[in-house]
Amino acid sequence: MSLSIRHLLGLEGVSADDISMILDTAVSFKEVLSRKIPKVPTLRGITIVNLFYEPSTRTRISFELAEKRLSADTVNFSASGSSVSKGESLKDTVWNIEAMKIDMIVIRHGASGAPHYLTTCCQSTVINAGDGAHEHPTQGLLDMYTIREKYGRLEGLKVVIVGDIKHSRVARSNIWGLLTMGAQVSVCGPPTLLPVEMEKFGVRVFDDLDEALAGADVVNILRVQKERQKAGLLPSMREYSRYYGITKNKLKLLNDNFTIMHPGPMNRGVEISSEVAEGPYSVILPQVTNGVAVRMAVLYLLSGGKGKVYEE
Amino acid sequence: MKNNLILAGGKIVDPATGYFGPAAVYLENGQIAKIEKRPKEKPSGKNVLKLDGMIICPGLIDMHVHLREPGREDEETVLSGAEAAAAGGFTAIACMPNTDPAIDNAETVEYINERASLAPVKVYPIGAVTVGRKGENLTEMMEMAACGAVAFSDDGSGVQNNDLMRRALEYARSCDVPVISHCEYSDLAAEGVMNESFVSTRLGMKGIPSVAEELMAARDIMLAQYTGGIIHIAHVSTAGTVDLIRKAKKAGIRVTAEATPHHFTLTDDLIESFDTNLKVNPPLRTKKDVDAVKKGLKDGTIDAIASDHAPHSPEEKELEFDYAPFGAIGLETALGLVITELIDPGLLSWIEAVKCLSLAPATILNVPGGKLEAGAPADITVIDPKLEWMVNPDEFKSLSRNTPFRGRKLTGRAVMTIVNGNVVYSMM
Repeated sequence: MSLSIRHLLGLEGVSADDISMILDTAVSFKEVLSRKIPKVPTLRGITIVNLFYEPSTRTRISFELAEKRLSADTVNFSASGSSVSKGESLKDTVWNIEAMKIDMIVIRHGASGAPHYLTTCCQSTVINAGDGAHEHPTQGLLDMYTIREKYGRLEGLKVVIVGDIKHSRVARSNIWGLLTMGAQVSVCGPPTLLPVEMEKFGVRVFDDLDEALAGADVVNILRVQKERQKAGLLPSMREYSRYYGITKNKLKLLNDNFTIMHPGPMNRGVEISSEVAEGPYSVILPQVTNGVAVRMAVLYLLSGGKGKVYEE
Repeated sequence: MKNNLILAGGKIVDPATGYFGPAAVYLENGQIAKIEKRPKEKPSGKNVLKLDGMIICPGLIDMHVHLREPGREDEETVLSGAEAAAAGGFTAIACMPNTDPAIDNAETVEYINERASLAPVKVYPIGAVTVGRKGENLTEMMEMAACGAVAFSDDGSGVQNNDLMRRALEYARSCDVPVISHCEYSDLAAEGVMNESFVSTRLGMKGIPSVAEELMAARDIMLAQYTGGIIHIAHVSTAGTVDLIRKAKKAGIRVTAEATPHHFTLTDDLIESFDTNLKVNPPLRTKKDVDAVKKGLKDGTIDAIASDHAPHSPEEKELEFDYAPFGAIGLETALGLVITELIDPGLLSWIEAVKCLSLAPATILNVPGGKLEAGAPADITVIDPKLEWMVNPDEFKSLSRNTPFRGRKLTGRAVMTIVNGNVVYSMM
């Protein structure tokens, strides 16, 4: 059992078979997480470096937990600011780390394409934990896992992604993955937060929230940062919240058995009301739990067959 | 090899007369002494160069080159840049003033002249429009022009202030030299790193919209019309800019323009490789824009082809795409790309292409060259139009290696470059 990819840089171009294999594998790892001792020796002897060039709380913790649950040896490297300001290039940093004999690198970086660049200058397996506004493939996978867990399928579901599409790597990874798996995807946001030629992804594009929500099964709500107002992309957070915030009265536009998602961290009262965030249809916390299982699956499947799944 | 050569057996391309045919070219004392079209007998003697199958052009002129002297002599010097030019078939280059310090006063112009006196090809300095290229105060253009500055430009960035650009065009008029505009409003470019399109959307990169270039091109054309100044639009990259220039020329406005080989060969979708050698400014655009640039070259809307040779060290380029500087080298690939991408597919004739590479830049910069006629300087480029070669930057004369064309197979290249009657480069 192995994937056709060597690195996980994004979900663009990743086949339905590979995605299914990751999601199926994650099911058995989720079971591991519910055990009394939620740990397996699968990646014993494998060394993983978490290379975080951007501040991150949940993704870093999620990866770290996934690695520990698999018994990998892990090292964290956090650098604030760009590598340039640090005086050492990404290439030199990675060469140094690789010289210490490691197997995999999980990288979070503010520049789009940094994980791809990394594969050109190192031997290790590279997993993208978010690069610029490009991709965040494990988030896309955990979102798909969560949807599939509830509906038993992805095909034919109508998923709407609402918010700051322009700056969102989560949106891009969700779009590629969901389209590959046969879901219908729409995006919605104010025109200044929708990048140009968005429809070429093969998604429907809305600037009217009600139109976007009509008949949808899943709403994935993205965080909107206050910086967008400072950058002149939004007149005010108040107006954003009024026209694009998901509140309880919007939910009636959705299909029965709808689902509300948010990759976090949430701005309650801006893009999502507390009531919606905590409603019975919200899977925001299951997303976080599933994130660990999905990342375990990715790490295991990309470990090059060095590890193996242990049954209880 | 000094002087008094006879170039025999080849075909000459003379864009000034439109003649493309067999001729013998006699060089004496650094000048062209005689052109004998359709010679009845082959000249003989030991100073005869047999050039059967070769094409003989007026020396090519690259009007847009970045030498990194003073400031970054590790990336390029006047001398190394001139050697790269000679190897690429250019007998003259004009160098942009975005050095460190900038070429923004007569002393620095003289410094370049002094360095250029040792160089194998002619090097014409371009002076900055504003002091330190800061976009605040006009430079002493008259003094720089008197020392040999052939144009003024803040290339690397556009002159953002509209009133300042107006004054620059007015003031430069007194020197009878063009202001070369790098058209890009930096507020619209918004720290973008590539063309704004579906590709930038897909890759999640900040985009530079085509309107950032077009709006400034429109401004410069209108200001040129209003002031009577001479405007030259550098490195046209969008279909919209080609259109604006075409309309301006039709309306009789004095405007000229250039395009680079990378803007008529490469498109933004290549950036999915995240190769920083593809990071140039203005950015690589879409196929529609590439086609428009080619059409502009064909119909004369775009007058000249220039390389925008921009050397950068490996440590500057071997970075994440966002952090790498803009620019690619081009002196040693420009001619091969023109032949392979424009002439061989039948888009431009030899006459048209050579005009873009010699007569047009000579005319725009008001420097000698571009003509094969008695009395003209013996600046000649000999081209083997069939020679197949592969771009290998490790063999470049340039000190830098940042080309997006590594490994590309090209047809046609300069095999001999002659400046003032001296052979400064030869593969023969």
